[in-house]
This record gives sequence, C-alpha cells and structure tokens, in this order.
Amino acid sequence: MSKIIVEDLNFYYGDVQALKDVNMTIEPNEITALIGPSGCGKSTFLRAFNRMNDFIKNTSVDGSIIYDGMNIVDKDIDVVELRMKVGMVFQKPNPLPKSIFENVIYGPKRHGLKKKHLQKELVESSLKQAALWEEVKEDLNKSGFELSGGQQQRLCIARCLSMKPDILLFDEPTSALDPISTMKIEDLLVQLKEHYTIIIVTHSMHQAARISDKTAFFLNGEVIEMGETGEIFSNAKDNRTERYISGKFG
Amino acid sequence: MEPSKTRKRALHIENIAKRTVFLFSSISVLTTAIVVYILFSESFIFFKEVSIVEFFTSTKWSPTLRPQNFGVLPLLTGTLMIAIGASLIAIPFGLGSAIYLSEYAPKKVRKILKPILEILAGIPSIVYGFFALTVITPLIRVFLPQTQIFNALSASIAVGIMIIPMVASLSEDAMMAVPDSLRKGAYALGSTQLDVVLKVVLPAAISGIGSAFILAISRAIGETMIVAIAAGQSPTFTLNPLNSIQTMTGFMVNISLGDIQHGTIEYQTLFAIGGLLFFMTLSLNILARWIVKKQKEKLG
Ligand SMILES: Nc1ncnc2c1ncn2[C@@H]1O[C@H](COP(=O)(O)OP(=O)(O)O)[C@@H](O)[C@H]1O
Ligand SMILES: [Mg+2]
Repeated sequence: MSKIIVEDLNFYYGDVQALKDVNMTIEPNEITALIGPSGCGKSTFLRAFNRMNDFIKNTSVDGSIIYDGMNIVDKDIDVVELRMKVGMVFQKPNPLPKSIFENVIYGPKRHGLKKKHLQKELVESSLKQAALWEEVKEDLNKSGFELSGGQQQRLCIARCLSMKPDILLFDEPTSALDPISTMKIEDLLVQLKEHYTIIIVTHSMHQAARISDKTAFFLNGEVIEMGETGEIFSNAKDNRTERYISGKFG
Repeated sequence: MEPSKTRKRALHIENIAKRTVFLFSSISVLTTAIVVYILFSESFIFFKEVSIVEFFTSTKWSPTLRPQNFGVLPLLTGTLMIAIGASLIAIPFGLGSAIYLSEYAPKKVRKILKPILEILAGIPSIVYGFFALTVITPLIRVFLPQTQIFNALSASIAVGIMIIPMVASLSEDAMMAVPDSLRKGAYALGSTQLDVVLKVVLPAAISGIGSAFILAISRAIGETMIVAIAAGQSPTFTLNPLNSIQTMTGFMVNISLGDIQHGTIEYQTLFAIGGLLFFMTLSLNILARWIVKKQKEKLG
C-alpha cells in the first residue's frame, strides 16, 4: 500500500501558482527524489508534507495529501502531531546552540521523555543510526556548533530519528557539504530507507541516480514525469526530462 | 600615466576628510581620558584624608556636617535599592515586551511598536522624576500610609519604568538575532510556539538578554534626576524602601548645587563618589560587552 497519495495539489504564493495539479504516490521504504531546475516548486512541495508552508504568509493550497488516513492539507489537523511523524532535514545544517546530547534529545524531551537512562539510550541509538556515534561518543556535551558541517547535518538527522518518525524529508541536504561528507550522507540515506520513507529534493542528478528508487521531475510547478529512477535516467518519456537530465538546461 | 586633475583633487579631499575625522575621534578620546584622570587624581587626594577602610565600612555619611563621617555604605545601599527595585520592574516587563515583539507580534504591529519604544527611551528622566513624586508616591501612600514623602520605592519604580524600553529594545535585538533556521528546525521537530520561545530562542539569546539587563542596571545606578527629585536626601543606612534615602548620584547633585568650597574635603568627596560610580558602571558595561562577545562566538 502506498505511504502517501497526493491528489490535484495546487499551491499559491499570493497570486503566483507554485504547484499545479500535482499527483503522486510515495511508496514506503523507498527514496523518492524530486529534481528540476531551481524555482520549479520542489521545496514548496516538500514543505507541504510537514506543513512548514504554514509559516509563509499569504499562501493558499487545495487538493489533498492523504497520509495515515487523513488529509494533511486540512487546516484542522494537528501539525505538531504531524511533524512528530514527518521529520525534516534542511539545506543548511541547523543544530540548536546546545550540546550534542541536548540536540538529539530535544524533540523527545519536548514530548515528555523525562527519564535520564531512557534519554541516554535514545541518544545513543539515534546517533548510531545517523552514523555519528563513533565520532562524538567521547564528548556528547560538546556544543553542536563545534562539529564539522557534515557532522552537523548528521546530527540534524539524528535529532529527527530520535522522534521515531515515519517519513523523512530532505531539502538539498548535501548542497552545503564537501564531497566526502556528501557521500557519507548518501550512504546513510540508503541505510535509513529500510526503516523510513524518504523524500529528498536534490539539485544533483547524480545524487538522485545514485540513491533514489523513484524520481519525479518538476518544471514550473508541474510534475512532468515520475517513475523508477533507472527508467527516468535511461529512458525518459518526456523530452524535457531528458534534456534536463542530460544537462541541457536548469 | 599621470593621475587626472579631478582624480588628484579627489585624493586630496579624501586625505583631508581622513585627518578631520581622526582629529574628532582623538579629541573625544582625549577628553574622556582627561575626565577619568581628574576623577582618579582628585579621589586620590580624598583617600589621603579618609581611609579606604572607613569609606567602605562605616555606616554613617555626613561629609557636610560636624562630626564628619565618610562611610559610603548608606549611599551604596540607597543606590542598590534603586537598582534592584528598578530591575524588578524593568526585567519582567521589558523581557515580556521583547518576547511579544520578537516572537508573537505580527510584522505590522512590530513596525509600529518598536519605534514607539525607542521614543519612550528618549523621554527626559526629569519627567519620570515628577511622575514619581506626583503620581507614584501618593499612590503608594494610599496603600502604605507610613511611607515617607520622599522614598526609595517610588523612585525605583520610576527608574524601572524609565528603563523598560531599554531592556525591551536590547532584548528584542538579541532575540531577533537568533537565526530563523533554528526556529524552523525546532518547529519541524513538532515544537509548539511556546517551546520554541522558551527552549530555543531564549536560551540562544540569553547572553544578549543578560547584557541588556546589565546595561539597564548600570543605567539605573547612574540615574540622577529621578532619585534627586523623588528619593529624598537622607543618607540613612537602611534597606526599607519606604524610607527616604540618598543615592550616590543624588548626593553628587546635592553637593554640586550647594556652596562647597573648592579644595575642601567635602568637595573632594564628589570625586571619590564619582570615581566609585564610574568604576561600578564601567565594570558592568565591560561585563555586558564580554557577554555579548561570548554570544557572538556561540551563534557563529
Ligand atoms: N516564501 C515565498 N514567498 C513567495 N514566493 C515563494 C516563496 N518561496 C518560494 N516561492 C516561489 O515559488 C516558486 C517555487 O519555489 P521553490 O519551491 O522554492 O522552488 P525550488 O525548491 O524548486 O527551487 C518560485 O517561483 C519561488 O519564487
Ligand atoms: Mg528549493
């Protein structure tokens, strides 16, 4: 059964339509990559899944995103509850100005995890899952800011994982990182899909090709084409997709 | 190639401008240095007559009466009462307004309120002084009839009200300097707005807020007009805010207005008190700067 079903999603910034009749299904335990030239609506689409668009004034949306039996586009849903299940990692690593430990435990603490030994266990398992444990286990009280960019990004992933989410959203998570850190994050994402459903916006077609199962190509707010990643990259049906992938524009 | 005529002229003007601004800045630094020098050299004369131990331990202050007493403690407690009372008012109200302005107020509201705050900060303190005397004191005396006409409580409330805008404005600056990406990250983890304010923004801005408090306290310590008008002129060693007191600044105004002879020990007290005041506010300001620097390092 599909994890998420998007139907006829339209999104507007004021009068400007940023998403046009988007339809898509997201399968569980897969990585879905969203590609397309900048300004085509990928981030807007991604933010629809955890309602981060709510913070932008003067926007409107219609259509539906069915997840877990509810339409999460609906104004009345509990967004705090939603965001606990749908984690997000941003383009620029944004650890809190707190220790590594406090960064990872921040979410669970807010939602009532008080017992110290449970916190410790959760921090350890989350950092291990985010492939950061070995590098930081000696000094969990160090400020998150003292880590390198790549480590900070994995810390941000760990802090999502500690919430035991269902879906992970990534908006160009490696665009601010060096190639080695990028590789580590890519490996990590492939491992994580075993337990989570992942949607990633990426500006790098190589990245999409390397790690994703499905790829959706966006252009001017529309999904031009979506399918198996191998299929899209070797055998695109729409010639705009093919031209974008072969680097002719974007 | 020869520089063109207009280019040469521009260079010349540039040079003059550079020298002029350098001159201005040197003059202001120099005058400050002279003031500090006089303050300390004159206090030095004072401390040749009066022992430092007496100055800091005696609880009697009566430099203009016989027998003369030079214990600064009554002035110090008076000053501290004003500063503490003012902080108790200014910190909660100032911080509350800052939180509202930075985290809750719609953009439009902030655009209106922030300049108003800054205007409030510019009201001359003598206005607050008369407000204390004619409004706050009578009000206090309704509830606490034993309150003296001139009293520390009324003055400290007025000083507190006066420094609210400063606390609010500086704290708000500190909170606005917290990058939005931190708030977004916390919201994405399922935080409520209150979580974000209390657990993310305030901790991240804590040093800026702390330094705002310190600067405000330093301002309260240095405040003169309000205390001269509303707090009284009796340097009694007391911690009862309903009593008439005198602060360090209040004493200085008093002495300066009287007909004290230059070169007498009474006259010299001015510099001793001034020096102490200078030392206190300077340390507070340095502390505040240091804290802000720490914050900058922390937020990267
Ligand atoms: N906060 C915003 N306010 C107004 N318009 C926006 C905002 N964010 C994005 N847009 C517009 O929506 C369109 C899609 O943007 P975005 O989703 O960021 O694209 P992408 O992530 O593919 O680069 C662009 O035309 C952009 O200008
Ligand atoms: Mg984007």
